[in-house]
Amino acid sequence: MNIKDIFTPFTAWSGVLKDPVTIKNPIGREAAPRYRGFHDNDINVCIGCGTCEAICENQAIDLVPVDGIDTKSGDSGLRPKIDYGRCCWCALCVDICTTDSLRLTNEYTWVDTDADNFRFIPGVDPKDWYEKEDGWRKPVPNYNFYGKERVHMGELHADERSDSFIEFVKGYSKEQAQQEADRCVSCGICTATCPAHMGIPEYIKAVRNDDMEEGMRVLYETNPLPEICGRICTHKCEDVCSVGHTGDALSIRWLKRYIADQIPADTDKYKDILGTGDLAKNGKKIAIIGSGPSGLSAAHYLALLGYSCTIFEKLPKAGGMMRYGIPEYRLPYDQIDKDVDYIAALGVEFKYNVNIGTDITLEQLEKDYDAVFSGTGLHLGRSTRIPGSDNENVYQSVDLLRDIVLEKPVPVKERVVVIGGGNVAMDITRSMARLQMQQFGKVNVITTSLEDEEHMPADREEIVEAREEGCSIIPGYGPQEIIIEDGKVKGLKVWKCLSIFDEKGMFNPKFDQAEERVFEGDMVIESIGQGMDLSYLTEEIKSKIEFNNRGRIVVDADFQAKGLPWLFVGGDIIEGPDVIHGIANGHRAAMGIDKFLNQGR
Amino acid sequence: MLNNFFGFKPDRSKYPSVNEDGSLNIDLSSHQYTKLWLGPNHPGVTGNMAMELTLNGDEIVEGKTHVGYLHRGFEKLIERRLFVQGFPTSIRMCVAEPDTNEYLIAACTEELSGYDKQIPDMAKWLRMLSLEMARLQGLLRGVPGQAGTYSLGIGVQWGVYLRDLILDRFEELTGARVYHMYIIPGGVRGLLPEGFKARMEDNLKDIDDFIVRIKKLMFDNAIFKKRSIGQGIVTKEMVDKYGVVGTTARASGVKRDVRKDNPYLFYDQLDFDPPTAEEGDIYARTFVRWQELIQTVDLIRQIMAKMPEKGDIRAQMPNVLNWRIPKGETYVRIESGRGEYGMYYVTDGSDKPRRVNLRGPSYTHGVALLEDLLVNTNIADIHALMVSLQTCPPEIER
Repeated sequence: MNIKDIFTPFTAWSGVLKDPVTIKNPIGREAAPRYRGFHDNDINVCIGCGTCEAICENQAIDLVPVDGIDTKSGDSGLRPKIDYGRCCWCALCVDICTTDSLRLTNEYTWVDTDADNFRFIPGVDPKDWYEKEDGWRKPVPNYNFYGKERVHMGELHADERSDSFIEFVKGYSKEQAQQEADRCVSCGICTATCPAHMGIPEYIKAVRNDDMEEGMRVLYETNPLPEICGRICTHKCEDVCSVGHTGDALSIRWLKRYIADQIPADTDKYKDILGTGDLAKNGKKIAIIGSGPSGLSAAHYLALLGYSCTIFEKLPKAGGMMRYGIPEYRLPYDQIDKDVDYIAALGVEFKYNVNIGTDITLEQLEKDYDAVFSGTGLHLGRSTRIPGSDNENVYQSVDLLRDIVLEKPVPVKERVVVIGGGNVAMDITRSMARLQMQQFGKVNVITTSLEDEEHMPADREEIVEAREEGCSIIPGYGPQEIIIEDGKVKGLKVWKCLSIFDEKGMFNPKFDQAEERVFEGDMVIESIGQGMDLSYLTEEIKSKIEFNNRGRIVVDADFQAKGLPWLFVGGDIIEGPDVIHGIANGHRAAMGIDKFLNQGR
Repeated sequence: MLNNFFGFKPDRSKYPSVNEDGSLNIDLSSHQYTKLWLGPNHPGVTGNMAMELTLNGDEIVEGKTHVGYLHRGFEKLIERRLFVQGFPTSIRMCVAEPDTNEYLIAACTEELSGYDKQIPDMAKWLRMLSLEMARLQGLLRGVPGQAGTYSLGIGVQWGVYLRDLILDRFEELTGARVYHMYIIPGGVRGLLPEGFKARMEDNLKDIDDFIVRIKKLMFDNAIFKKRSIGQGIVTKEMVDKYGVVGTTARASGVKRDVRKDNPYLFYDQLDFDPPTAEEGDIYARTFVRWQELIQTVDLIRQIMAKMPEKGDIRAQMPNVLNWRIPKGETYVRIESGRGEYGMYYVTDGSDKPRRVNLRGPSYTHGVALLEDLLVNTNIADIHALMVSLQTCPPEIER
């Protein structure tokens, strides 16, 4: 220590003449562009999946109903409400937001005398800061809280599959399935959309935990046909999957298939897992017409309740459209058998080759059984009724698909034209291509639809795969005439389709005649939809029940026909057409039958 | 006598007397001693804990530290949250340098889940930048704060202003000023904003200037020297006896720095040598910290020069909602501004940690070591002593 030390500190006085560095008005200070301030939410993009609520470590977020936002498919109708007494501004909610709708603005100064105001719904309750662009958004690049890319299922290459009806989509391996299941955020938006309301997050969790038996139990709660649904379900769940909003939707269908595939085809094992080994009978008998998805589903759930069910099937095997409409390369028969065998093992009786109306009448069924469920499906092909469509070389896709399964001789020509843009059209297109490949070694199928490529009702992968197999899919044309020369089909004349529906939304296609094309072919297959065959209903029954303006039987929420309490109707003739609606109908009809027969109990 | 008068040295020849077993004979009824409770009465660093002092005049003859007034159960809170939800809680354990806690949680989870090898380089450099910036802002408050405990407020004002500038940089990098929540399991939460380096360099230049000015203000200051030299001496023997770490240990001649001894992130690629001193008193500790201030500014410059321009900021990790970590345990330690700072982390295969335990330097410095150093200290120097040991009660109790 020396004398200098006494004077040196006074050098601090040199700062006296400097400008002050304090901020005069700290309230007006703009925060950094990345600052985490109060929330904003784009409520039109938000789907109310609740992932923000799930990740919030302080439980500051509640999903609440909002006026003007309705619950609909893919949208819970709820929106996050933030409690700023709990919020710690970590913005994990923003980072995980599946739709990227939630963000934090950089507004951080807000004074209010009412503490309740600090609980509000961002994007709904008016606040000054919504127009601010700055604030915390999901960081970039490659910053994901869950996998964005789908784990693809392996499949046979087009060269390997184009002449064969063997199943071409391979299953997931355990690692693949768990990796895919890991992407699930368990929001349950899928469950609400699924017609059968399957416990999707729960069975995906079972995949993650590698607990296949638990997975099976979850599947069978709402769906007795997991092998089938795991392959050919129209997966409305995947269309609304919240993960799909900013990435690939989860492969929910393939994960279901994965679970079902892990359980061997052994009905005793099934019973063991599902706890259905010893079902008490209640002595009541139910007749079920048709062994399609709705009939099988109704039979399964009725059997669990102790009813003795008998299924009457017109065709030689069970499955309905699933067996006789869907080609084997998409849904192998042994997988149908696996699901059906278990239902049969529950004591459900199957009577094949029985035609209701001719072999046995509905009235007789009413006498012999306590209730009747009818799920007879759509097995009649619809014709375009254009000139030439009455030619013998013009076929209906449903008939051909059924004949392929029944191993009847199927006419295969070298050039085939298919009319239709739905999944059935793709099924017949790809089936004919396989038959052509087997017979002629080359494929020449042209498929045309009214809808343009974007609006074709068929699944996207079906279109892509059909093209891989050598089929020509030419969307956006309307069939005008099947050209016949000397009684033989020469081709299909089409016009460019401009619009399908008129201003009132009615089916009324407009064409551009100038753009006319002729698709050459030796046979034409119509695949523009199917109709129902209700000829088994006698006039007396028809007079008692009601039909709506689309010709469908009017049923209540329990699928009980209006006017005839003992008759329950479901499946494609009521709703759909697809498998999962049929399963859901059958399940609810089973509950309805139980309610009906046990009303006095 | 004269020396005692000018040196403020008390006459300890009579009081307190020593009992036969060696303990002090403090008889409160003799009216020669006073019991005084210091704290817990202040939300600031030194007032969060209590000291039960026995005074003889204004000299401390015995001091007991009492903690327990700030216990918030953060470790238990983290044990009841998903792995990714832990970091917003962890930073509250120590306000002075929250980034250290964030990094420890991230490093523990990454190590136990096996993702530590997949952390992108860019994220590692950004983690280092954030940790060194945290050290810098801590020193900008801590170094002049030492003079502040002797009522030399002007240095504190300078330091707090410059610290605010660093917090501005934190704000634009991390989105927050104090609780940054920037280092997350798997990586970090953002790249450098446009023009960040230039603005940082401007601030560092100001800090260079500050370093010169604060030296004249504090270390060439007769009063500061008078009150800090020879006070609160931590000897080399005490370093190992109490487990003293960080600048406190280095000021006692023990060169101990996790960044050098057990390099993590990319510290092995940086050129630095931790400063040391031999005296072990308050002055030496503060001076080592002042040297470390120079070194930290240099390290930030090195990091900004060496870090890549672009790159991924987070490894591809499992879904944070479903993330489970196999059974295991680890202890990760890093060098915080106050010294070695570690976290013990146990997982049991579930989606939450089984046990989280933080081990910071204040636990030894501020409880056991402080009790030892309190004896014979003047009551006016207690806060200087606590600050020089970098006592942070929130980190002692969590």
